[in-house]
Amino acid sequence: MRASPHRELGLTDAEYELILQKLGRDPNGLELAVFSLMWSEHCAYKHSKKLLGRLPTEGPHLLMGPGENAGAVDIGDGMAIAFKVESHNHPSAVEPFQGAATGVGGILRDVFAVGARPIAVLDSLRFGELDSPRSLYLLDGAVSGIGHYGNSIGVPTVGGEVYFEAAYEQNCLVNAMCLGIARHERLTSSAAAGVGNLLVLMGARTGRDGIGGASVLASAELDAEDESKRPTVQIGDPFEEKRVMEACLELLDRSTLASLQDLGAAGLSSSSSEMASKGEVGLDIDVSAVPVREDDMEPFEIMISESQERMLAVVEPDRLAELEEVCERWEVRSSVIGSVTDTRRLRVLDGAELVGDMPVAALVDDCPLYDLEPAAPEAQIYPAPEAVLESEDPAWILPALLGSPNLASRRPLFEQYDSLVQSRTVRRPEQADAAVLQLYPESTGPGSPGIAVAIDGNGRRVACDPYTGTVEAVLECAANLACVGAEPLGLTNCLNFGNPEKPHVAWQLERSVAGMADALTELGVPVVGGNVSLYNESGGGPIYPTPVVAMVGAVPDTALAPGYGFAREGDAVALVAARGAQVSARGSELAKLAGEELPLGLTPIDVGAVREVIELVREGARSGALASAHDVAEGGLAVALAECAVAGGIGAIVGWDGDEDPVQLFGEGAGRFVVSGRTEAIEALGPLATRIGTVGGAALSIGPVDWEVAQLRGASEALAAAFA
Amino acid sequence: MKFGVVRFPGSCDETDALLACRRYADAEILWHGDRDLHGVDAVVVPGGFSYGDYLRVGAIARFSPVMEAVGELAASGGHVLGICNGFQVLCEAGLLPGALLPNAGRRFLCRQVDVEVVRADSPFTRMAAPGQILSIPVKHTTGRYYAPGEVLESMNAHGQIILRYAEGHNPNGSVGDVAGVSNEAGNVMGLMPHPEHAVDALTGSEDGGVIFESLASVAIAA
Repeated sequence: MRASPHRELGLTDAEYELILQKLGRDPNGLELAVFSLMWSEHCAYKHSKKLLGRLPTEGPHLLMGPGENAGAVDIGDGMAIAFKVESHNHPSAVEPFQGAATGVGGILRDVFAVGARPIAVLDSLRFGELDSPRSLYLLDGAVSGIGHYGNSIGVPTVGGEVYFEAAYEQNCLVNAMCLGIARHERLTSSAAAGVGNLLVLMGARTGRDGIGGASVLASAELDAEDESKRPTVQIGDPFEEKRVMEACLELLDRSTLASLQDLGAAGLSSSSSEMASKGEVGLDIDVSAVPVREDDMEPFEIMISESQERMLAVVEPDRLAELEEVCERWEVRSSVIGSVTDTRRLRVLDGAELVGDMPVAALVDDCPLYDLEPAAPEAQIYPAPEAVLESEDPAWILPALLGSPNLASRRPLFEQYDSLVQSRTVRRPEQADAAVLQLYPESTGPGSPGIAVAIDGNGRRVACDPYTGTVEAVLECAANLACVGAEPLGLTNCLNFGNPEKPHVAWQLERSVAGMADALTELGVPVVGGNVSLYNESGGGPIYPTPVVAMVGAVPDTALAPGYGFAREGDAVALVAARGAQVSARGSELAKLAGEELPLGLTPIDVGAVREVIELVREGARSGALASAHDVAEGGLAVALAECAVAGGIGAIVGWDGDEDPVQLFGEGAGRFVVSGRTEAIEALGPLATRIGTVGGAALSIGPVDWEVAQLRGASEALAAAFA
Repeated sequence: MKFGVVRFPGSCDETDALLACRRYADAEILWHGDRDLHGVDAVVVPGGFSYGDYLRVGAIARFSPVMEAVGELAASGGHVLGICNGFQVLCEAGLLPGALLPNAGRRFLCRQVDVEVVRADSPFTRMAAPGQILSIPVKHTTGRYYAPGEVLESMNAHGQIILRYAEGHNPNGSVGDVAGVSNEAGNVMGLMPHPEHAVDALTGSEDGGVIFESLASVAIAA
């Protein structure tokens, strides 16, 4: 090996010194490779772990919190929902189809590893502006990849979000979320248990794909030579995963397994050492027993390969035959590759030869954690967007906003996903503010309980103000749930940021986590788990700081969940707003259209006041009193009204006192909703609701300005061109 | 009356089809490796990606043991319904005329469409009214129905076009807006729309139920 191979593997000199201490000798090549991955940002969270401790992780509905493959919440009747969101950003920037596909494959494995049957996928995507060929290529590839994997495996993609901003031009974001359902007692830990038990590798053969993905791709900035990194991107096989999933779920149903863990970043190295660490045991692994795709693979390659569709199980020796019978029926390969020991060491053998021997604690717990050195920038670090506003006339601005990439209908994307399989989907994409799923599709009686899920994270708002922007993201998620009558049970997050070793990125990260912690504490919603993706930078600088948050809530009767489309002629339309709700054009989509500089700081939010209005809308929605409910978000009140009209295929007449100030029409701020319903139902909402109009007709009229609903729909279909 | 729903490795919609069948009759899953149809009265070959469909869609599934038995059931006049991937499998197996080609738009497409009942006298549509419009979703990449002109003429002459996409609803460029066809004997039918995803107003539509209801009623009548 060369003079300082540890540096090439991403370890600092100090970290290498620490490894020498922990081992009491020089590591061999395999050990160094394993350490470099286990101590990478991706596996060890060394720049974020201290911060993450600030997030609330306790709640009355929490069954399984951070630390397991996925978190889980109680939804009543002895049932649980497990869920998690995870990033696959760098692989997708290098090869969007496989990067996105294996992102979905990885998050599915996280969910069925805890014993839950995956019932839904959502995705959160960020690309550069659509006038760039690279963005179109990445968008097309990522959407095709998500569809390829989710559609083929029989899990519906029920929601998601996408934004287009120049800051993501080189470094796109692909975050995938999965939800699964399980009985409480079926939830399974990944902690290896029972000295003498067998370690069984199930699923695909191990190949050279994804060698070193966690350290090379996920924990360093992207650069111009990324083409050469293509071999570090994994290739997905959803048909393999489908069989592995069915086999694992059947084995867990029969209680055949002592524990189960998926193989993700850093492959066998991380899955085995994490299982051993949680179970406070050791593991012996014989790499010669691992089925490989190529005969001449080195032991270190087998240990760090990120080949997809593999699971690691611990099974008692006398239940091995049962495991093998189930795997054979599902045509899933299974191989005993080792055993549980009491050594607290990860020992790697190649047949009879010992080729690696490392203390589990050193791998999992002893990676140094770093304090951030945050410093607020003195001025905004992101350039102003390009101005495309041609007129100050609201008659022109509304269709322009509806057709802008961040606001246009997402139909051309979500029609590429199966949103229906499993027969749970009660509210489909763009029918309601959140996806609504029934829990018991086999039930044919009235009143079907369910869950709602929404995913949010407007990076440009966070770039304007990391604290307030993140508070807004959490509140928007809660508002989306409220619109379908869902009470939040838990949240998962994916923190997508730039290089945390740079002071201004450290500042973004710290302020963002503080905002998330404060908002969640006020709402009483715990974090059940998540993921951190750092080093999202390229030559063009860091991405917008993008904390993606996804909330899952309970819906007592899914049949009552309102959509956001206006429903009936003659219904009253009301604006429901938090006490003291602020509206501003600063950092809004209107400001983006106008090419305004991003401000440094947004108007602070009274989270308690927003919580009050969220609860009011939730009660109205779940009681069946509201015919429609929609959160006022990007594009402000006028865009929200237009979306209600387009979704419902019916217009409305909204009174306006003639004030031509576009800020009142298009300004943004948390804590506002557009709802419709019978006059009595709207009046019953009380003083936070102000009647502003009446549903009806083929046009949306706001004061003196009219737009045909068909014209607004046409404007909103702009994204179709990206897939032509 | 009992339905059997085939499960291939890679089937995705078999549980949905099972639940849809159970609204109108008994139903059980049939394992792809099993030649025994367990005495079912009608077989549903469901949607999904049988055996991964990395080769031409449905090309491997037709060789499975269960499909041998399904072929025998069809030959003896038993009822067989293929939905989406099941339709593709039945075409590959030669139980239905024509073929399914990649969508005109080349992409996977999931969309609620209107489908017109062309023939309401088939065992699959006898509870529907002629010309009735059914709101049923499609979701596929390879759903563009094609048959050569002379085959289509013969199919028309024998009343084998059972369902058409309503005007403006053809999602994939299928020839003649064909959405569902039967064999000449009329006891085997395939369709690209997913009636099993349209059996409950709660999840969007109950219009697809008429297909399962029709089959259940014909078996009981027999």
